[in-house]
Amino acid sequence: MNSPRPPLKRGSRLTPARLGVYAFLLTSALFFLLPLYVMVITSVKPMAEIRLGNILALPAHLTLDAWSVAWQSACTGLNCNGIRVGFWNSVRIVVPSTILSILVGAVNGYALSFWKPRGASLLFAILLMGAFIPVQVMVYPLVRVLASVHLFSSLPGIVLIHIIFGMPVMTLLFRNYYVALPHELFQAARVDGGGFWRIFLQLMVPMSTPIIVVAVIMQVTGIWNDFILGLVFAGTQNLPMTVQLNNIINTTTGERLYNVNMAATILTSMVPLAIYFVSGRWFVRGIASGAVKG
Amino acid sequence: MAATPADNSLRKPARRVKRKPLRKRFALAAYVAMIPMALTVVLAYLGTMLWTLRTSFTNSRTFPSTSFAGVSQYVRLFNNDRWMLSLQNIVIYGVLFIVACLVIGLLLAIFIDQKVVAEGALRTIFLYPYAMSFVATGLAWQWILNPELGIQEVLHRIGFPNAHFDWIMDQDRVVYTLVIATVWQASGLVMALLLAGLRGIDDEIWKAARVDGIPRWRVYTNIVIPMLGASLSTAFILLFVMVVKLYDAVVAMTQGGPGTASEVPAKFIMDYLFGRANLGLASAASIVLLVTVLAILAPVFYVRSRALRLRGSR
Repeated sequence: MNSPRPPLKRGSRLTPARLGVYAFLLTSALFFLLPLYVMVITSVKPMAEIRLGNILALPAHLTLDAWSVAWQSACTGLNCNGIRVGFWNSVRIVVPSTILSILVGAVNGYALSFWKPRGASLLFAILLMGAFIPVQVMVYPLVRVLASVHLFSSLPGIVLIHIIFGMPVMTLLFRNYYVALPHELFQAARVDGGGFWRIFLQLMVPMSTPIIVVAVIMQVTGIWNDFILGLVFAGTQNLPMTVQLNNIINTTTGERLYNVNMAATILTSMVPLAIYFVSGRWFVRGIASGAVKG
Repeated sequence: MAATPADNSLRKPARRVKRKPLRKRFALAAYVAMIPMALTVVLAYLGTMLWTLRTSFTNSRTFPSTSFAGVSQYVRLFNNDRWMLSLQNIVIYGVLFIVACLVIGLLLAIFIDQKVVAEGALRTIFLYPYAMSFVATGLAWQWILNPELGIQEVLHRIGFPNAHFDWIMDQDRVVYTLVIATVWQASGLVMALLLAGLRGIDDEIWKAARVDGIPRWRVYTNIVIPMLGASLSTAFILLFVMVVKLYDAVVAMTQGGPGTASEVPAKFIMDYLFGRANLGLASAASIVLLVTVLAILAPVFYVRSRALRLRGSR
């Protein structure tokens, strides 16, 4: 792969200081691109070439075999159906989790900004603090609660878990967005006789497109990249792609197929990376708004 | 978290007149809508915390028991070599990770802010690792740092036949490989946050400094960096949370090895919860983790909210 190097424009005020700036930035850019380069280059080499031990060399024989093995026949334990199993599991987890967690966050944010039910701000404060509780404190009791209602190790169970763990940030995101909207808009709708749900559906949701986009980006990448929750709560039938990737690479015995491993790693990173490269500034906006916790 | 008290107090008198009758009529729906949040807070956050706290004072092994055992689990925990090693590792890791991310992120942000060409491309390059999962990062770096076929071999080939870069197999150095991999992943985040902070600083400061003939680097060290306080504290909080959470990257990259050399608290707890079935000990460990988080974050939040309030009242 050709790494997209930032072009050095000559001519404009190239003082030693500016040369230093560019030297630093270029070196850093190369360091940041190096792992991606190694991953891609490894994934298109045959094992014979990899065994020669030149991890940085371009492939002499370019082959996509490793990619098809990774996708459809790599083994975890006795199952050799490739990483695609995990891919579809992740899709099944991410889609409902994203939709539902955004819906809950939007309703929470809306109620907190405009209706302010008694006690809601206290709940919200505790919820935000909850975002800093290490998952390890919560994991085991949650397993027992879910098991008692027969949701442990099931798709609805892991979706519910993602809604719970996504709630602080989603609620904060929507609350901050709705608080900044002109209050007169809401009051006018109230005077016209709009009720809680009607104002939400007909007035707030249509105005929320930008923040919904940010929320979708945050939740899809966050839930796709989740490992620990999927590992504990999803159950063997629904293991997400990250967990399956780790199983393929770290629990195989015998010779390690590094090209297959790297192809599987890239495949697993493909969804969040695609979102990142397409959404660019929105992604950064999500980071910034998620960071306003506190 | 700091709401906008100023706005609310301004609006209140006008609203109260109109709102009273309406509020009564529609309040029910609003309360119903808060049920998921209330359940989450009470059951998932507070309830689980209390449950774990209680369990940490019992002799629970595979199944939770209610026999009170005092602080014996905590005593056992701090006599456990693996736990002490986990703590030591996470302190070394945490300090190096946070400092390295902040320094690299700050440098990248400042250098990008020098009106360079291809700024967008550079920003994209520095932030893309953050879009990946820690598992993917860990596995990629596990391969790059592979002592037989990875970077070490490249060093040998290009004329350093005695170069040693087998840290991932080295009990004393394996923690540094975790630092390298995760700093690579997270310093772009710091860059993005600080760049936004730098862009928010008034240009007048630069003009004034130029008039006074102050060198650029002094403006940065004495004026600009102190002004980035809010962005820096946000970055610190996010990085700190990552340190406490550190689990995925370790599982993917080293599985806690070689031996137990790269064990970390989050992994210790997960292993004792699910692998070794020692609920009491794991609960005590997670309470220690929780208390540490609160002890470190509380002052940060306090200073932050005070700074925000001061700025608001000015």
